[in-house]
Amino acid sequence: MKNVYLDYSATTPIDPDVLESMMPYFSEDFGNPSSIHKHGQTAERAIEDSRETIARIMGCTPSEIIFTSGGTEANNLAIRGTALEQKLIRKATKILTTPVEHEAVTKTVNQLLYLHGFEVNLIPVDNTGKVLLDEFAEMLGPDVAIVSTIFGNNEIGTINPVEKIATLCSEYQIPFHTDAVQALGYIKQISLNNITMLSAGAHKFYGPKGVGFLYKQKLHNVFATNTGGSQENNIRAGTHNVPYIVGMAAALEKTRLNYSVYADHYTWMRDMIISGVTTIIPGAKVTGSVGDRLCNHASFVLNGVDGNELVIALDVLGYSCSSGSACKTGNPEPSGVLLAIGLTPSDAKGSLRISVGRSTTEEEVVGFLKALSQIVPRLEK
Amino acid sequence: MQRKSVIVGMSGGVDSSYAAALLKQQGYSVIGVMLNLWTEPSQSSENRCCSLDSQYVARRIASKLDIPFYVIDAKEEFRHSIVEMFINDYLDGKTPNPCVACNLKVRWKILLEMGDKLGIELLATGHYARIIHLENGHIHLLKGVDNTKEQSYVLSMLGVEYLNRTILPLGSITKEQVRNKSRDLDLQTHNRPDSQDLCFLGDLDYRQFLLKYAKDKIIPGEIVDEGGHVIGMHDGLPFYTIGQRKGLRIAFNQPLYVMAKDQCKNRLVVGLKFAKKNTEFLVKNFNLIIKPSEGRYHTYNIKVRYKSRDVPAIIHNLGSDIIKVTINSDNIPDIVPGQVAAIYSGELCIGGGIIV
Repeated sequence: MKNVYLDYSATTPIDPDVLESMMPYFSEDFGNPSSIHKHGQTAERAIEDSRETIARIMGCTPSEIIFTSGGTEANNLAIRGTALEQKLIRKATKILTTPVEHEAVTKTVNQLLYLHGFEVNLIPVDNTGKVLLDEFAEMLGPDVAIVSTIFGNNEIGTINPVEKIATLCSEYQIPFHTDAVQALGYIKQISLNNITMLSAGAHKFYGPKGVGFLYKQKLHNVFATNTGGSQENNIRAGTHNVPYIVGMAAALEKTRLNYSVYADHYTWMRDMIISGVTTIIPGAKVTGSVGDRLCNHASFVLNGVDGNELVIALDVLGYSCSSGSACKTGNPEPSGVLLAIGLTPSDAKGSLRISVGRSTTEEEVVGFLKALSQIVPRLEK
Repeated sequence: MQRKSVIVGMSGGVDSSYAAALLKQQGYSVIGVMLNLWTEPSQSSENRCCSLDSQYVARRIASKLDIPFYVIDAKEEFRHSIVEMFINDYLDGKTPNPCVACNLKVRWKILLEMGDKLGIELLATGHYARIIHLENGHIHLLKGVDNTKEQSYVLSMLGVEYLNRTILPLGSITKEQVRNKSRDLDLQTHNRPDSQDLCFLGDLDYRQFLLKYAKDKIIPGEIVDEGGHVIGMHDGLPFYTIGQRKGLRIAFNQPLYVMAKDQCKNRLVVGLKFAKKNTEFLVKNFNLIIKPSEGRYHTYNIKVRYKSRDVPAIIHNLGSDIIKVTINSDNIPDIVPGQVAAIYSGELCIGGGIIV
């Protein structure tokens, strides 16, 4: 019997309509969009149509959408490409980011620190992981090459005040990047106002894995981090992944067109989980913001429980969930995100993330809560 | 019908992989679990149980067998219970057997605790030994049928409450059969080299390891003969083991052996190896698996090192925490404090403890 899937923040299945839209571009219209001939032109039309669709939904011009291999690559391109460019043209060597970023951001920033002499300063966040705006404003200055803050947090679900952060950055004319990989399908409105760059990955919103995009303001320049052919305006070399790009556009369109229907369902399921878990598990605390939260995302720390063991036990009982505290290689390090919002290392080890999707049902949630109430007493130390 | 569930401790080696395959064939609902143990950082972690390479192999085997596979962290417990004991025992003049200690204090303990948490009663490993659950509730731990790989010795300190929950699918077959059948099943582990002892040393040998972690406590001193005459210098007592011949760096017309370590005077006592006729020593922390019905003094066999032969021995006060062993034999093995002594009656392992 298949497990009940409650880990939609990790990834989602491809929507059947999306899959169908992709199919012609595998073997029928398989051309290389860079080719001169009709095969190439057919493929080119597919990716340019997709670019227009995405631009229309995002509220930008098509040339501001750069296709990448996913959210991680988009983050790499935005941060590394901008930092190197800003260092060259205006000797800015400071990077501002938060302690609650995805590793695609933190490890990129760390490499810039070690390899390219950048200074990295962490923007203080409150105990829900939100940027503290006053403290942040004081950190801004001409020496800042880039600011990068996460939009919706993958571990704790908190939505950052991105508009306000972006406005502050624009006042100082500092490039602002936000990692919206987790947020794009699960926030009400996307406004690109004052956002210089925004990263997205298709598999978080029922599109294929291995494709994403970077929104980049037209006048903002970045160094190419992937060099080669002249695809994507010389910013991202490499033959386009045509079917996946088509799928991403279809997935984003379906997600945004039906947003309120999906969001109502997600919110209902999410709140059932949040109230259920905090009621039946006395030692459970919600992590992240309660009000400003991704609508499909519930996260907790469970006092006295090891998150890794909890995920294993739930898996054995038939529920696929996740924990921020450990990866599958058995690394026991508590999550840096949870430590950054003020949890103790032992609390942070008891983390649990439940994220719901379009096909999550009330019965599944009830079953999950039952399994959780059964397993937690056995795991408590 | 609900199939019986079992946790298989998987290392990425040929034995535990085949154990998992065999149990799956026998109809068990198998869950593979690997313990992530502490290890000295190393460049080439080939054939070390907990390296990512081994983890990758174990994960591939589990997916081939279509069983779930999880990694549990046990670094801190292992470092604390095993590595620290290893270092302290050597500094204390002993020669420890960390594998036996690991089975008792880490491997079985953590995997069975995990079983409790998951509601799974049974644990299986790829050891070459047999466990028979008798109808009267008793347990028999028997040697594995493959003499060359026999491993009941390293399980001899496991308590009955642990053995009761253990199944050992490889006890009745040989290593060669395991390799052949693994090949037949197309398990990629079929030709993986056997794992070595002391999985946590990384690229170091045990002497380098001790130097790294206890350099200031390892002090060179005198080598004396059995009459107390100084005949050389040693590099530090932890580097020598009773019975050792090589590496003494003393020119003598007959081979000299380490006879004793004088911890108080930091002296290494060496001498000629005369054929002793008898010896007596104590074994502590003795774990009695099954008490034979025979009388108080009974002749058993004893094994005093993993790879040594069994020799006949008389055991006194069997059943108490400390037992006394008398060996009357023409060929007495080296009795090394810190090593495990396992007591046998034929194939049956009576129990095991630590040589004082």
